[in-house]
Amino acid sequence: MTSLVELMDYDEVIEKYDPVLGLEVHVELHTNTKMFCGCANEFGGEPNTHTCPTCLGLPGSLPVVNGKAVESAIRIGLALNCEIAEWCRFARKNYFYPDMPKNFQTSQYDEPIAFNGWLDVTLDDGEVIRVEIERAHMEEDTGKSLHVGGATGRIHGAEHSLLDYNRAGVPLIEIVTKMIPGTKERAPEVARAYVTALRDLLKALDVSDVRMDQGSLRCDANVSLSPKTTGALGTRTETKNVNSLRSVERAVRFEMTRQAAVLESGGEVIQETRHFDESSGSTSSGRKKETAEDYRYFPEPDLVPIAPSREWVEELRGTLPELPWERRARIQKEWNLTDEVLRDLVNANALDLIEATVVAGAKPDEARSWWVSYLAQQANTRGVELTDLPITPAQVARVIELVNTGALTNKLAREAVNGVLEGEGSPDEVVEKRGLKVVSDDSALEKAVDEALAAQPDVAQKIRDGKVQAAGAIVGAVMKATKGQADAARVREIVLARCS
Amino acid sequence: MTNDLIHATAAELAAKIHSGEVSSVEVTQAHLDRIAETDGKVNAFLHVDTEGALAQARTVDEAVKAGETVGALAGVPLALKDVMTTEGVPTTVGSKILEGWLPPYDATVTRKLKEAGVVILGKTNMDEFAMGSSTENSAYGPTHNPWDLDRIPGGSGGGSSAALAAYQAPLAIGTDTGGSIRQPGAVTGTVGVKPTYGGVSRYGLVAFSSSLDQAGPCARTVLDAALLHEVIAGYDHMDSTSINAPVPPVVAAAREGLSGDLSGLRIGVVTQFQGEGYQPGVLRSFQAAVSQLKELGAEIADVSCPSFDYALPAYYLIAPSECSSNLARFDAMRYGLRVGDDGTRSTEEVMSLTREAGFGPEVKRRIMIGTYALSSGYYDAYYGSAQKVRTLITQDFAKAFENFDVLISPTTPTTAFKIGERANDPIAMYKADLCTIPANLAGTPAMSVPSGLSDEDGLPVGLQIMAPALQDHRMYRVAAAYEAARGAFGGPSL
Repeated sequence: MTSLVELMDYDEVIEKYDPVLGLEVHVELHTNTKMFCGCANEFGGEPNTHTCPTCLGLPGSLPVVNGKAVESAIRIGLALNCEIAEWCRFARKNYFYPDMPKNFQTSQYDEPIAFNGWLDVTLDDGEVIRVEIERAHMEEDTGKSLHVGGATGRIHGAEHSLLDYNRAGVPLIEIVTKMIPGTKERAPEVARAYVTALRDLLKALDVSDVRMDQGSLRCDANVSLSPKTTGALGTRTETKNVNSLRSVERAVRFEMTRQAAVLESGGEVIQETRHFDESSGSTSSGRKKETAEDYRYFPEPDLVPIAPSREWVEELRGTLPELPWERRARIQKEWNLTDEVLRDLVNANALDLIEATVVAGAKPDEARSWWVSYLAQQANTRGVELTDLPITPAQVARVIELVNTGALTNKLAREAVNGVLEGEGSPDEVVEKRGLKVVSDDSALEKAVDEALAAQPDVAQKIRDGKVQAAGAIVGAVMKATKGQADAARVREIVLARCS
Repeated sequence: MTNDLIHATAAELAAKIHSGEVSSVEVTQAHLDRIAETDGKVNAFLHVDTEGALAQARTVDEAVKAGETVGALAGVPLALKDVMTTEGVPTTVGSKILEGWLPPYDATVTRKLKEAGVVILGKTNMDEFAMGSSTENSAYGPTHNPWDLDRIPGGSGGGSSAALAAYQAPLAIGTDTGGSIRQPGAVTGTVGVKPTYGGVSRYGLVAFSSSLDQAGPCARTVLDAALLHEVIAGYDHMDSTSINAPVPPVVAAAREGLSGDLSGLRIGVVTQFQGEGYQPGVLRSFQAAVSQLKELGAEIADVSCPSFDYALPAYYLIAPSECSSNLARFDAMRYGLRVGDDGTRSTEEVMSLTREAGFGPEVKRRIMIGTYALSSGYYDAYYGSAQKVRTLITQDFAKAFENFDVLISPTTPTTAFKIGERANDPIAMYKADLCTIPANLAGTPAMSVPSGLSDEDGLPVGLQIMAPALQDHRMYRVAAAYEAARGAFGGPSL
């Protein structure tokens, strides 16, 4: 199906067109209760167990706004440098869909709670792009439809559908960018970097789980192409179902090459919703908008307007945590990192881990060294994210401490870490169980050195002749003999003393 | 004895039950018997909950026997409009689309009634989704006016008012979106009150037009209405539009009014609500009421509220707009009627067939009007303009209340019309609410109290009293004083 889609070579796309981006991100807040009722806001659960008359839209039921959700919305708005509305309302967005219990979504329309903001986004090479934020508004999530009996799990071809309203009424914040022009060949990267920056920001605010795989962070990517010859804005498509950061980048790139091919062949880009397919990396036509959707928005009469006092807004501003970019700037200064090193740490998702390790007592460069080399290697070998390794920053700090006090050599320390990763317990427990101990008894070491010298008389002679670098072979032999439990520096001292 | 019980006021019945003179079971049974005897002709009830009513009555009797303190209306029977949800008891809203639905929860009004020991006899007939002024739009057949069975009992709450007039219940609950409590009250010779918007919780009131709907008390006397008002009113955290303020002291005001002194009270007569289109007998009854109010010491003068002329068209944009959205949830997916689900049809087809079969013509008409009025490109001209008119009406009220304590008018332009007479003329039907709609648009309280019978047809006429927001007690005082001065005007013979 998708193989029939013509695509233009990416370089050619960039030569002929300027891509224009627009990103809509939906964030599920992790409040205790839903947006308009007291039901638990939890991911999963037996179908239709987190429901009540209000989130089922039963006749006669009424919504009541979750104050915590409003608070989160304002904090998000402030962190995105938005203005916060002095007075705003909810509105009803009317359309029929079975997973929407009232057949209207309670949302905000022309009076969003936050508007006119920006977010600075750092690209992989360190370039910073300011993405302007149009608005952030509050709304409720829908339930979920499960289509049974079809091949694709989509509604087409299904025998019947099941509805689960556990998610219906979960608080959502929709964050919409203004048009992002001028990104040229970096458009896909900008899209990914923006969603990444937003995710980190929301995480720092502690307002959402921001799990793209569970749908608590969802991105719709709007893409259009503007021909360089005319500079006119093109028709945009909206790609949904973009469930990972990587997919954001792939989806934008695919749409650029697809739209360019359509335009090149004399066709017209159709304004439509498209569906991103993870496995093929392509988009396919979703709902055709044959007639313009008319949602018949009007102010929600069941809710009173929201008028956050300026005092409250300022109070909430005071609760904002150190935001990701502020934190990065501070860490760079404190640890004395170059731009490049900092970027690598950020890209490797190592910054949090290193900082936590430092907080647990390690020195920044020691902590950094462990996470970006040995532990990164281990994560890579195991095929997991660094953050998912079964070792805590505090445990890493403890290993570093053991090295610094001379209780472990670097080699022993790696073994201790391996033990922790294998689930053998804390570093101290692993040291105990595996009997990891530096051999510090000089007489034992002297004996081992003498044996090694005797085994390699030619090497011994070289050392005696002043070729100090030859000592390495003897040190290596001693380390092998002591199963690495000796302090190599001390061994070297003894070797040199014996041969002087 | 039975005759005494069904003709007694709620206040009298409460006193007798609480003193042990009669039991609530006896009172309840007397009304159940009356319903059995008369409802074949009146059709006021869609569902009679005999067991539930008697169980509640027994509970109250036991509490009285045990010497416990009970609520002011404990043990007194009541007819509940079928727009209020009742846990485990059918709630149809007069529509086929909810036939057989058993709500899993009680409306706040229902809960408050139960907690107060009020005995709910059953659910009363109404225009489908409260859309209508005659109860002819009920999917379960029209209710007949006990004063003349060929005539309408008003609407949408015709069932509740007819039940009062037919002595089937001494108390009833109505809801008023454009006059659905007051207009039935007027044409059945009973008292009907629309409290300040937000005064009574809407939680569990199946919505017609959310910004206008308001539940209120219905009774045969002003004091009874006041007693019921205090049972159902008050802030409810389940309704965001509920007002967090003390309930206006309406019972005290009604008792004060019974003294018959209105000296110094300033009453404005709304000039927009008289003249052409008004039945002469209605206007004469109104003039007689004005004279009586003067005799009670009130100072009366005319007041003009020019924007009221636009209330009816504004209402018929706002109410349908909200209803088009409120009624979208009836889609066969979760509850109620389901048509065409034979395994061959799509979800959209089942939704469409269900709504086609489940909604009556008036409901469809309003959904279509509302859908149109909210459409992109028409919104500003229709819904937007209507909201501006609403603001102007609120301002007219505010200005009038600078000079007057309450405003008055006839409740309806005519007495009860014949069943079928306006069935095919929606505009004529809509005009029945001409005088009642402004108070809904402004959110202010208003009530209808009988002003006797029209001299030309012998049918009841209503006097409408309107007060500023949260001043509900003012109109109770006036109504009680007037009621005492007016005296009895007889009742229907059934």
